[in-house]
Order: sequence, then structure tokens, then C-alpha cells
Amino acid sequence: MVDVVAQHAHLALTSGKHNMSGYTNLFSRVQIHTTEPYPGVPLGRGNSARDGKGTMSKLLGRIGDAQIGPIYLGATGFASLLFGLIAFEIIGLNMWASVGWSPVQFIRQLPWLALEPPPPSYGLHIPPLAQGGWWLIAGFFLTMSLLLWWYRMYRRAVELQVGTHVAWAFASAIWLFLVLGFIRPVLMGSWSEAVPFGIFPHLDWTAAFSLRYGNLFYNPFHALSIVFLYGSVLLFAMHAGTILAVTPYGGDREVEQIVDRGTASERAALFWRWTMGFNATMESVHRWAWWFAVLTTLTGGIGILLTGTVVDNWFLWAVKHHVVPSYPHVFPPVTDPATLPGSAP
Amino acid sequence: MNRQHTLIALGMTVALVCLAGCEKPRPVSVQRGFRGTGMEVLYNRPKLDALYAKNQLPEVQSPASPDGPRAGDVYQNVQVLKDLSAGELARVMLAITQWVAPPDQSCNYCHQGDMASDALYTKVVARRMLQMTRDINTNWKSHVANTGVTCYTCHHGQQVPAQAWFIDPGPPPVHGIVADRGGKNVPAAIVGLSSLPFDPLSPFLLEANDIREQGTTAAAGSNRHSIKQAEWTYGLMVYMSNSLGVNCTYCHNTRAFGDWASSPPTRVTAWYGIRMSRALNNTYMLPLTHTLPADQRGPTGDVGKVGCGTCHRGAYKPLFGQSMLADYPELAGPRVPPSPEMAPAPVDARAATGEVAGMKSVHDSSPATMVAGKPL
Repeated sequence: MVDVVAQHAHLALTSGKHNMSGYTNLFSRVQIHTTEPYPGVPLGRGNSARDGKGTMSKLLGRIGDAQIGPIYLGATGFASLLFGLIAFEIIGLNMWASVGWSPVQFIRQLPWLALEPPPPSYGLHIPPLAQGGWWLIAGFFLTMSLLLWWYRMYRRAVELQVGTHVAWAFASAIWLFLVLGFIRPVLMGSWSEAVPFGIFPHLDWTAAFSLRYGNLFYNPFHALSIVFLYGSVLLFAMHAGTILAVTPYGGDREVEQIVDRGTASERAALFWRWTMGFNATMESVHRWAWWFAVLTTLTGGIGILLTGTVVDNWFLWAVKHHVVPSYPHVFPPVTDPATLPGSAP
Repeated sequence: MNRQHTLIALGMTVALVCLAGCEKPRPVSVQRGFRGTGMEVLYNRPKLDALYAKNQLPEVQSPASPDGPRAGDVYQNVQVLKDLSAGELARVMLAITQWVAPPDQSCNYCHQGDMASDALYTKVVARRMLQMTRDINTNWKSHVANTGVTCYTCHHGQQVPAQAWFIDPGPPPVHGIVADRGGKNVPAAIVGLSSLPFDPLSPFLLEANDIREQGTTAAAGSNRHSIKQAEWTYGLMVYMSNSLGVNCTYCHNTRAFGDWASSPPTRVTAWYGIRMSRALNNTYMLPLTHTLPADQRGPTGDVGKVGCGTCHRGAYKPLFGQSMLADYPELAGPRVPPSPEMAPAPVDARAATGEVAGMKSVHDSSPATMVAGKPL
């Protein structure tokens, strides 16, 4: 309580001294350039050497750390990039071949082009290359690439003796990817249920998915996923805005502020306490952010997995469970003409 | 300060770029359901005004006496309009000339020398189209109501209706091991430049494939329709929406596209419209494929076909609901019961049994079903 009063007085003293807009930067104002790039901590047994010696970039220093590299690639990193490249080439070359190898048409039609999963008639059988075989191969290599990259991320965290939070957050995204392209199609018994590789085609697939399964907006896990997605955006804006706002008081040195709360941390806390009564702490705000991000794809994946396997029509599901509000009828009653006597379905 | 100015300028530029995708003037939103449910239809006023101006009725031919001998008795080879008086026949012929024939050819577009001769393909097609018009106005009131159609509805002064459709073969097919595009994934105007199937009409307005893909139960298990099928239905619906210049909400409650109980009644009209297009294409258009010259056929050599846009031409009702039948009752249907050989013979059993039979509750005497001789 005493602290708060002291801080409040301090605020009153300093207000007007700072031109706050002077700290509204798009780019880093302080860059650290060293003559000898920092190689990083020594690596333990069983690790490959880091690639490159590192270099300084003034341009990248404006948006991040000025030192670029050295990078730790390793065997898993190399394999991941190789498998990713194979998938990328299979998708890209099939797209290019579909426009008769015309470079101009390839670029013009690129947003529309796609590598499609097999037609429904193939079920879970292995189709010919032209009928979705390439899609299966590309999907396999892309999945392997992602899983290897995940393992690499996990290994690097362990080697640096830090937590594996990033790897598990990435695993949540991979979960959604696998549900969409592998787990759900297998449960449905048809590769055709999976998403095409393509820019517009995957968007049209998304719309068709919702139309086929009776409006995905009535899927509660889809709703949760949206809550966490938008919530992530909101938290990101709140947190980033708060830290930028207390930069003049050293708020950008977040980790130190967790241990030793200085004026920046106090002001950040006060701002939210005064605004909405409750405030996160320098540490807990990151727990909020991590869980919101992880739950976006985790709940999303559950929602997709239930669609078609358990629930066929989400609108009717919501009617059954009294989620759907009923509105007064505006139009005269309508009967499905196909149900009239003598009518074809 | 300079930095602030730069930021403001940057922000305004971004805002302008974002606005570039907006429609100007702002579309008018018309409420079409209970408030707050998003049941709205959007209209662009200037575009709508321009469309309305283009959809005015042509000048009406001065009336002819219905008395006197019948055209079928006076003239030779009158097969459809024989129930008219000679004066009425001449009047309808003048109107058709005004609606369809090129001004520099006039009567000669269909008749050469001997008026009774069927030498010109245009006359053979015109006769079939007259039969089709009467069929629509008599047996498809579920779709055209009493407004009905005339030649002008589709032709609009042109020899070939501007919005007849052809089978779209798409880009040249790929061979060998190259992945097939599955009938989609090219920028196609018919599906609003989306990547949806580029020929969404053939399966539904020519063949009778399943349009419904949504399940009627909450639980999974019985509905085997695929997402890919939904993409074809979606393509057809984009075409219908563009053809009528309306949003999805004109016919659907978009929270439950498949639910009939909460759908506007327009959806029923549209349902019959799909069946009508399909029946007309199979009964009238396909048999004319080789009657028409090659340059009027599509890229796969197919005949021009009827779809929603053919009559609607971007309007929610063709000619914005203005009926021409009061001025041309001869086209509304035969005045005397037709003899059996006058009725158009179906070429496609599917059109006769499946889809036209669906009309039984509304019309018991579809010529197509009678001729097919199949039990209803």
C-alpha cells in the first residue's frame, strides 16, 4: 500500500517531463554491434558444431538483434529442411505442370492452383500419383519435416537448459495440422476429407467444410478456438503495448523486472489495475499468452476431429442441446418440395 | 514531430489501401428476416438502376382480332400456333421478329421464299422454342407463376440469349503422373473467381446429381456426402446468386443453409427453377445440338443451355417481374387441348420420370410425363 502511494507520487512528479511520443518507435534505437560475434554457450557432448561464425546486420538490427548466426542446424534440422523442401517441390512442380509449365500462368494463377487430395472413391487406398498420390507423398514429407523440426526445437531447449514451452506450443499447432490432414481423414475412412495444398483452394475447402457439416459456428470447440485466437491477439496487443509504454523506465528489460520490480513494472501494473481493477504480473502475463496460444489450436483440433466423426450437422446438434435461439417466423411456412407426394428426392 | 507525421501519413496510406476494396457508393442493405439475424440483401443502387433501365419491356405490337379462320387452316405447316387466328399469328410473328431476329434480316431470318418450308434451321429451332415457352408457362407455374416467359425474356433482341451456358472443359487436361485438378482450381468467373469447380452447372442443370450434402441428423453416421461434393453445390449456389443479383440470404437462412423450416419461400421457387432448367435442357436443348450450326455450339461442341442467368440476367426476377403474357396470351399455352404429336417428346428418361414427376402435386399434366408414358 505504501509502495502504491509512493509510486503515485513519483508519477505525479515526472508527468510532463517526458514527451511520451518520443518513445513510440517502429525500430530499435539502440543496436549492439560487436567486432567478434558471440558464439553462444559451449555445447555438450553429442552436439554438432554450429554453422557459421555469425555476422552483424544493421538492417535486421532495427527490428531485432543485430547479430545473425551462428545457427545450430544439426542432423534433424538438416533432415527437416530437406523433407520440407521435397514437399514444397512436389506441391509447386505439380502446380506448375498443371498450367503447362508456363511461368507466366504459374505466377498469375498461383493463388488458385492446388495439389488436391484423392477423390472420395479411393477411400483410404493408395491412389495413382495423378489422383492424389502426389498429395499423399507431399503430406508425408511435410509431416515428417514438421515433426523433425519439433524434435529439433525440443532438443535445443534441453541443451540450453531452458524449459520446453515453445516446443509444446508448436506441438499444439502440429496437432491441428495432423487432425486436418491425417487423423480425421483416417477416422472418416477417406483421404478426400483432407485439405488441399493451395492458397484459395484451402480457403474454399474451409467454407465447404462448414457448409457440409451444418455451420461450424455452432461447433463449441470452434467457438473456443476463436475465443483463444482473438484472445491471443488481445493479450498480445495489451502486453506489447504495456511494455512499449514503460520502456522509458526500463520496462523492456522484462526478465529483470520479474525479479526486481522497478518503477516500470509498477507503472505497468498500476495502469491495468486502475483501468480494469485486475492486473497480470510480469511473469503471469506470459502464462496467459502461452495458454491462449496453445488452446487456440488445441481446441480447434478437437472441434475438427469431432466433425463428421461424431457430429454431422452442428446446427442440429446445437438445436438438440438448446444452444440455438429461436426467432419469430417472418416468412410464411415453407415445406421442402422434395418431400411432397410423388416428388423425387 | 516529423516522425509523428510520417506515422500519420503511413497510417492514412494503409487505410486508403484497405478502402480500395470497398464498394462505392455504399450498398443498400435490405432486411429480409427477423432483425439482428443478418438476413439482409445488399444492393448497389447505381448498378441496380442501370440493370433496371436495361430490363424494360419492348414496344407492344398492336392487337389483332382473335376472330376468323385458324392459322393452322389458312397456312401450311403451322404446327404450334395453329390455334391462333391468322391475324394473331401474324402479330406474334412480328413480335418474335422484334425480339429475336436481326433487324437487317427480319422475316428472312427464319423464312426463305416458301413460308411453309423448314429449310432454315432457325425456323426449326424457333418452333421448338415456341413449344418450350408454352410448356414453361403451362407446366412450370411453380417457378414462373403467372408472370410467365416469352422469347424476349431470354433473347432480349439477340439471336442467341447472352447468358446461355456451355459445358466448360477447363484448361487443357494434364497427362501422365501430373496431379489432376479435380475440375477446380482455376480462376472461373462462373463461380465468382473462386477456386471452386469451374463447371458447376453440368452435374445439376443437365444431370440430376445430389445438390443436398448437409445431414438431417445431428449425429454422424448416415450422411456419406463428401466435402468435395459440397464444393460443387457451393459453385452452383454462387452461380445462382450471381444470376439473380442477390445474396445467399435471398433464399437461405444462412445459419442453417439446409433447413427448410426457416428458409424464405423464394427457396422453393428456386428449387423448381433448378428442376425446370434441367428438364428444359434435356427435353428441348440437347436434341437441338446438331440442328444448330457449329459456331453456336460450345467448346466441347455442346448446345447452349438454360440456366438461372439465361432468363434472370442479373435480376431477382426476369425483367424485374414485369409480365408480357397479358399482351401475348398466345404464348401462355395452347387454347385447345393439344394433339399428342404436338407435345414435345422427352429425350431423357431421367428428366421425364424423376424430376418432372416431382411436379405432379402441382401439375398433373406435364406433357413430358404423359408422353414418356411412365407411371407417375
